[in-house]
Amino acid sequence: MSEPSPLGAYSSRRGPLHALLPGAKLLMLFVFAVLAVALRGPGWTTLWLGIAAALIGLAGMGWRDFVRVARSFGIVAVLLFVFTAASAAISEAGGWGSFPPADAWAAGALRGYGVVGSLFALILAASAVTASTAIEDMTDTVTWAIGPLRRFGAQPERVALAFSLVIRAIPTTIGIARETRDAARARGLERSPRARVVPLVIRTVAQAHATGEALAARGIGDDEAAGRD
Amino acid sequence: MIEFRDATVVAPGLDGDTTILHPTILTLREQRVSVIGGNGSGKSTLARLINGLVEPTAGAVRVGGSAGAGAAPAAATPDQLLDTRQDGPAVRRTVGFVFTDPAAQLIMPTVIEDVALSLRRTHRVKSERQAAALEVLGRFGLAALADRSVHTLSGGQKQLLAIATVLASDPAILVADEPTTLLDLRNARRIGDLLMSLPQQVLTVTHDLDLAARADRTLVVEAGRVVFDGTPADAIAHYRERALR
Repeated sequence: MSEPSPLGAYSSRRGPLHALLPGAKLLMLFVFAVLAVALRGPGWTTLWLGIAAALIGLAGMGWRDFVRVARSFGIVAVLLFVFTAASAAISEAGGWGSFPPADAWAAGALRGYGVVGSLFALILAASAVTASTAIEDMTDTVTWAIGPLRRFGAQPERVALAFSLVIRAIPTTIGIARETRDAARARGLERSPRARVVPLVIRTVAQAHATGEALAARGIGDDEAAGRD
Repeated sequence: MIEFRDATVVAPGLDGDTTILHPTILTLREQRVSVIGGNGSGKSTLARLINGLVEPTAGAVRVGGSAGAGAAPAAATPDQLLDTRQDGPAVRRTVGFVFTDPAAQLIMPTVIEDVALSLRRTHRVKSERQAAALEVLGRFGLAALADRSVHTLSGGQKQLLAIATVLASDPAILVADEPTTLLDLRNARRIGDLLMSLPQQVLTVTHDLDLAARADRTLVVEAGRVVFDGTPADAIAHYRERALR
């Protein structure tokens, strides 16, 4: 059985980020995301990647965790890079009329690096936050933050529960994807998209259904109760 | 106490309705009840009716018993019973449910967080909730695993944790749907011993006839009907005879 992905998972190996308040970390992540989207270009992207890599270290995650996050993002990163680079190169060359020259491809590659690099930096930063923040602390913070909206009909407990379930679903879904891939390999169907995608979708929906059933059976979400310190 | 009053479950389908559970009348006051039967016989539907996960399409299912471990299930009087269709939240506080696959039941990433999730309703202050969660884990011999990821637990530890998360809220009744099916012999025995030692009224759906034999009363379900209701020895003999015929 393969190791669980560190994406969205809490790490008990303590780093300096563990000491920060969850609200502060979420705010910093928000600011980081806004800056990473607003300030583009190869230089900025390199800076965001550097900061994100430092955050991974501060969250107590090791080199292996970094590699595992990168591998989880690998296929999407390659596809996104090719698409972005090709689109930018074609646009640089003035459209579909002629094959883009080398300098257009170079500009496209830089654009691809900017987009994929910034996205990867965001994933790393988010992983650092989830690795250094227990879900329960995150849930309490979200409940507290949404608390004032209660008078407008918001249900902070439910929103916080949904928030934690989304984070919890990331490693679970990655685990299902790995099992599905292994099952396809075992049947010699590793090159069949259908053998990998259809079971993944069905099992993910089934997992969501089972989680919903477990929540219902435990009466979680039946009433708005819990508070915070 | 668990009461089925002509409880019926019918599932609509494209080819017409399918009766999953035919009208069933039962009053279960025994501390240990086991339910046996073949695959697809309706055992799980019967169990899910008790927690309100499945609602009867006709008739009613009512449950009761003072919340809190140690309360005698037979002490509930019929007028104190909760209707699973009308009193959903109260029913779920009264009846805990353990699933076959604990992985589906464990929601939070770490062991202590999952127990704490069950305690959010009763322990509003986080420090108190954490202390109570640790106490629950200690009771089940899981305290050393408090900060472990639930993904890294063995099958037996996961099922033990699933039971702990349910019992953390101190229900009066525990329903376990094939709780030992995915476990090896040693862990199946361990979970069985735990279920038999609980102060709660426990209804166990199982294919493990050794576990079923430890109950006070056993139901045999076949094709959506309770076809035998009696002592475990007689019920198992009846089941073996019909299943192997």
